[in-house]
Amino acid sequence: MALVQQSSPHAHHARPTSRLMLWVMLATVPGLIAQTAFFGWGNLINVIWCVALALASEAVILKLRNKPIAFFLKDNTAAVTGLLLGLSLPQFAPWWVSGIAVISAIVVAKQLYGGLGSNPFNPAMVGYALVLISFPVAMTTNWAQPATLWAGAPGFGETLATIFSGSQTSIDAWTMATPLDEYKHKITTHTAAEVLQHPTFGDLVARGWEWVNLAFLAGGLVLIWLRIITWHIPVAFLAAIAIMSLAFGNNADQYAPLQLHLLAGGTMLGAFFIATDPVSAATSHQGKLIYGAGIGVLIYLIRTWGNYPDAVAFSVLLMNFAVPFIDHYTPPRTFGHHKARRGVPGKSGG
Amino acid sequence: MSQLWDFSGGIHPPENKRQSTSRPIRMAGIPDRLILPLQQHIGERAEAIVTVGDRVLKGQTVAEVTTGIGVPVHSPTSGIVEAIEQRPVPHPSGMVDWCVIIKPDGEDRWCELQPVPDYKLLERQQILQRIRDAGISGMGGAGFPTDIKLRPPRDRKVETLILNGAECEPYITADDMTMREHAAEVVAGMKVMAWILRPSKCVIGIEDNKPEAIAAMQEAVQDTQIEIAVVPTKYPSGGEKQLIRILTGLEVPSGGLPADIGVMCHNVGTAMAVSRAIFEGKPLISRVLTITGEAVQEPGTFEVLLGTPISNLLAMAGLQTSKLSRLVLGGPMMGYTLKTDTIPIVKTSNCVIAATATELPAPPPEQPCIRCGQCAEVCPMELLPQQLFWHAKAAEFEKAEHLNLFDCIECGACSYVCPSAIPLVQHYRFAKDEIRTQRAEQLKSDRARERFEARQARLEREQQEKELRRKERAKAAADAQAQKQAEAEHVVAKGDAVDSRDAKAALVQQALERKKAKAAQASGSTLQATPASEEKPDIEALEKQLMQAEAKLSTMQGMLDEAKEQQADNLDKLERAVAKNHDRVERAREALTEAQKRAGSEPAAQLSE
Repeated sequence: MALVQQSSPHAHHARPTSRLMLWVMLATVPGLIAQTAFFGWGNLINVIWCVALALASEAVILKLRNKPIAFFLKDNTAAVTGLLLGLSLPQFAPWWVSGIAVISAIVVAKQLYGGLGSNPFNPAMVGYALVLISFPVAMTTNWAQPATLWAGAPGFGETLATIFSGSQTSIDAWTMATPLDEYKHKITTHTAAEVLQHPTFGDLVARGWEWVNLAFLAGGLVLIWLRIITWHIPVAFLAAIAIMSLAFGNNADQYAPLQLHLLAGGTMLGAFFIATDPVSAATSHQGKLIYGAGIGVLIYLIRTWGNYPDAVAFSVLLMNFAVPFIDHYTPPRTFGHHKARRGVPGKSGG
Repeated sequence: MSQLWDFSGGIHPPENKRQSTSRPIRMAGIPDRLILPLQQHIGERAEAIVTVGDRVLKGQTVAEVTTGIGVPVHSPTSGIVEAIEQRPVPHPSGMVDWCVIIKPDGEDRWCELQPVPDYKLLERQQILQRIRDAGISGMGGAGFPTDIKLRPPRDRKVETLILNGAECEPYITADDMTMREHAAEVVAGMKVMAWILRPSKCVIGIEDNKPEAIAAMQEAVQDTQIEIAVVPTKYPSGGEKQLIRILTGLEVPSGGLPADIGVMCHNVGTAMAVSRAIFEGKPLISRVLTITGEAVQEPGTFEVLLGTPISNLLAMAGLQTSKLSRLVLGGPMMGYTLKTDTIPIVKTSNCVIAATATELPAPPPEQPCIRCGQCAEVCPMELLPQQLFWHAKAAEFEKAEHLNLFDCIECGACSYVCPSAIPLVQHYRFAKDEIRTQRAEQLKSDRARERFEARQARLEREQQEKELRRKERAKAAADAQAQKQAEAEHVVAKGDAVDSRDAKAALVQQALERKKAKAAQASGSTLQATPASEEKPDIEALEKQLMQAEAKLSTMQGMLDEAKEQQADNLDKLERAVAKNHDRVERAREALTEAQKRAGSEPAAQLSE
């Protein structure tokens, strides 16, 4: 009788990583639908291209690292990285820009640091920041006009051709500055009312963007409800932006108003899907609050006084740097202890 | 009902308890052989007090603990001691340990019992002694001697006495069935405990998934002050610290005892054993045990004689050997797998799961930790399992300890939910073991160092004493010498006839006196200069030279004196030799003084540069 010898516990009931990642991907679907509805086929094409390239580059590097390829590809984490890049890059970003972003995310930011679970920085944001700095023109002039799906928008084929051919001849007719970009640059010389005349703002907050952000918010709430992420990072993230905006940017004739900060740009995607990447985020609840709030504060600072209209990538990466530090000082209080043991072993602390 | 609190974390695994609660408790009967491990409790191993071939009665003590903490072991039936040998015992490592093997005679004849109908007539101390003599140790799992637990430190008053009937771990139903069928005995046992401790409150905590047990216990506690607290089902609410938190809102301090916060917790099975020990005078020779799992056809609970091999029980429950994949002693969360079914049931055994491969499948292959934090969400001790894992894996034990590794109760909730199927608890056990080993080694090396240092100190002291004795001897010799010379001089001075030879001798004598005085001075300064001479080998060499010269001079002097006394012919020659040696001593001293001066002035010269 060869009895199985195993350490306890003998019962398991886990949702495997692959399924968690699948849920994350499914939760982005409302956002992707909204993006496609308001900004055309660009995001969908980007998503497919980026996911495919992410899986391919992950497979190649796993092969080079002599790791089981199928085992790791099945965890869906590479697909999520590709998906997040596809969702956040400009709709008409040329294929090679998104390609460079994906490859540097998977190969450099993830695998060269040791693969899944070992990367200190959010891979998708490393790729994004890299192309944002390297190709500023491609990353600012390729945002689609809102609502083009209904009014003479480029069809699927045209979009595909624009992204992959490299010919950007007719592209100017389909693109437009993003609301955050427009506001940031016009407000220095115009009043708020004048700036908001621009069609990119539409009737509500930011034409199309508001629905995209609300859709990502909805998907994010599903993730919280499914207990795949906790509320700490998104809430601290959004609260920090709101507090910063109310405290420092209350004058709409000088600074973008709060609703624009929350519902334009990559705010909701960043708050629920990017900042919550567990590998590169802080660990404890308290740490997550600090981490999320730090990202929110940095986003506001960079958007308002920095050189970039949006700042999710930089803010997430900067806070990634701070994670080990935050983790040292925010362990939870363990049951039966008076207070948490902060700091590093051997040094002072409760 | 009084207020309940919650503890953070926890999980809701499938209960799998109905399989074994559908039938009443069955008597497992007397097996062919009873294997009684001598260590069934925490503390010292009991020593057998019977020998092979002895006839023992049911309830007779077969092993006793004479020194240290521990409880005796009794024969569960009458029979003959067949062997006292090492056998596999219930332990995660599958180790062997000393056991008394009893061959039952089938008569099942009791020894003489001494029941105590009214325990209140006895001293508390006597009751505690009876509990100890009945061999009772905690039956919930740890097996700590109950009488010791019932004696909290003098300065710790137990305000709340808790009986743990939560039985939160899946599959296990021993306490549930005990409460259903032996509610009165459980309550009676608790009353004895309460009489010993005099708490202001007695509570029995039962999870709400045991309605029959709750009903039975509620009936049994009528007309008593004992309270039944129905607690929400959540693993691990039956953990001592968790149950205390649920029932009192208090937290047992890390590294402390429940008594530190005025609480004491016993298992319901232990209470029943106490009741039997006091009111019937029966020692602990059997316990209620669950035999379950999909590999047995008739799962259920059994009242089992201690020492019954698990194989007997499995056969009784209808084991289908072909289906059996793993045999777990304990529950699916904290139990351990057995290598063989010949292992006997002991005081702390509460459940045997004969699981099929589909029932408790091997976990999927381990994936990297993505720090998703699901483990931290379910940890009842509010630890950071993902960080502990990280540090344990990297052998950063100091950091793991800093994050309170030793507060981990190894409940397994973290592993249960881990999406990456990491055997987290195994890593924590490894880290704890390593730290304990390191501490033991540290202690050992500390002791070795202390021993070494003590030896060094002793050798040094002996050396110094030797040196001191040597100096004393040298001083005594010098004094004796000086006295001799003084006498000689006296003789010379007194002598009227002073020939040229005598005058010469007197001159030499005077020179010698001067030299002696100087030598005494020099020996003083030589001692003082010792530290400097360590740095200056020059000086050391010179000193050596001087000492040699002095030694030679003193030898010559001795010879001269002797010659004088004997009026020898070679006086002339000897006197010349003494003078020569005297000169040599003078030169050596001059050289040494010069060298010392130089050595002394060097640091100053360096400073002035």
